[in-house]
Amino acid sequence: MLEELLSIFVTAIFVENLALSFLLGMCTFLAVSKKVDTALGLGIAVVVVQAITVPANNLVYTYLLKEGALTWAGLPDVDLSFLGLISYIGVVAAMVQILEMVLDKFVPALYNALGIFLPLITVNCAIMGGSLFMVERGYNFSQSVVYGIGSGVGWALAIVALAGIREKMNYSDVPNGLKGLGITFITAGLMAIVFMAFAGIQL
Amino acid sequence: MKTKDLLISPIVKNNPIALQVLGICSALAVTSQMKQAIIMSVAVMFVTAFSSMAVSIIRNYIPNSIRIIVQMTVIASLVIVVDQILKAFVYDVAKQMSVFVGLIITNCIVMGRTEGFAMKNGPIASFLDGIGNGFGYGLILVAVSVIRELFGSGKLMGYSIMPLTTEGGWYQSNGLMLLPAISFFIIGSFIWLIRTFKPEQQEKE
Repeated sequence: MLEELLSIFVTAIFVENLALSFLLGMCTFLAVSKKVDTALGLGIAVVVVQAITVPANNLVYTYLLKEGALTWAGLPDVDLSFLGLISYIGVVAAMVQILEMVLDKFVPALYNALGIFLPLITVNCAIMGGSLFMVERGYNFSQSVVYGIGSGVGWALAIVALAGIREKMNYSDVPNGLKGLGITFITAGLMAIVFMAFAGIQL
Repeated sequence: MKTKDLLISPIVKNNPIALQVLGICSALAVTSQMKQAIIMSVAVMFVTAFSSMAVSIIRNYIPNSIRIIVQMTVIASLVIVVDQILKAFVYDVAKQMSVFVGLIITNCIVMGRTEGFAMKNGPIASFLDGIGNGFGYGLILVAVSVIRELFGSGKLMGYSIMPLTTEGGWYQSNGLMLLPAISFFIIGSFIWLIRTFKPEQQEKE
């Protein structure tokens, strides 16, 4: 049991890294990785949101949407799984909003640090992708908690690493046409190839 | 803006992927086969065009504070329609694309166009803007997929163009092209190419 959870955790961080193996959350990944500080802030925000939304969506799926999930309400024949997409995005948007209000009230320091990144996270495909992978792979509740945290940490790791490389690269002489976005693509590509080294690991 | 500009400008001058950096996730992940890329492009074009139009029609009734949620709901409903259609008619491809159809919801192109254009313009202009941006996106997607599928497995749309050595032909396939990471390099090179010919797009320090 514990080994299984640990395996999901490590797999989600390294082998199936959301950013570098599935290429999810690329918009923010490429846009908000100019400085390590901001990248770290966004990374932490993603870990927190991912850790909350994936289990929340797991509950929504198990008790409301799955075929036969509404048995407790006396409706054993109802299959609402086609409503999945709209429910998950609703949960994500609502959770981000609630998290924002809670942080604003109780942890203003963290709220100010995360600032503009929280609302941005709603449209981060990594968050939505995490929930969709969770459903596709049929994780149960405890697995989904571990997967949520693991995939968030993996994404945060990737963006902080990219930001570190880009800070160093400020001093390099890049061809004019490649400046900024172009070279960031190439860098991310090289990182993705490096991360493929983890693909062979069996847990 | 003129109708022609709405349709033409997102293709090269203001390409959503190469210049606006929107919608990259799916551009990278579903381009290993041309068929997937075409289906994805059509799906995105459909969703962008109709969500822009729908949001534009109701734009004067949306309270400012909840506009993101309203846009999200419109987009999510359209994506569900696309998802169900794909599952009904091209089940194999829908299965291969797994979560990426659902991820059109969070594709920044769709959201970017509804938020950035449709909230300020009329329904017809918004519809055309959606088609134009969806096409600009699809063009890059298909171009990347042609390179990847042709050199990766010697095929286009599943038909053999360059017969592989494993099947008695002459072409030694390049496995690197089938890896997701390679699309970073291909799109990076496209950006380089576009910006070399259009220096005004280059980023200043």
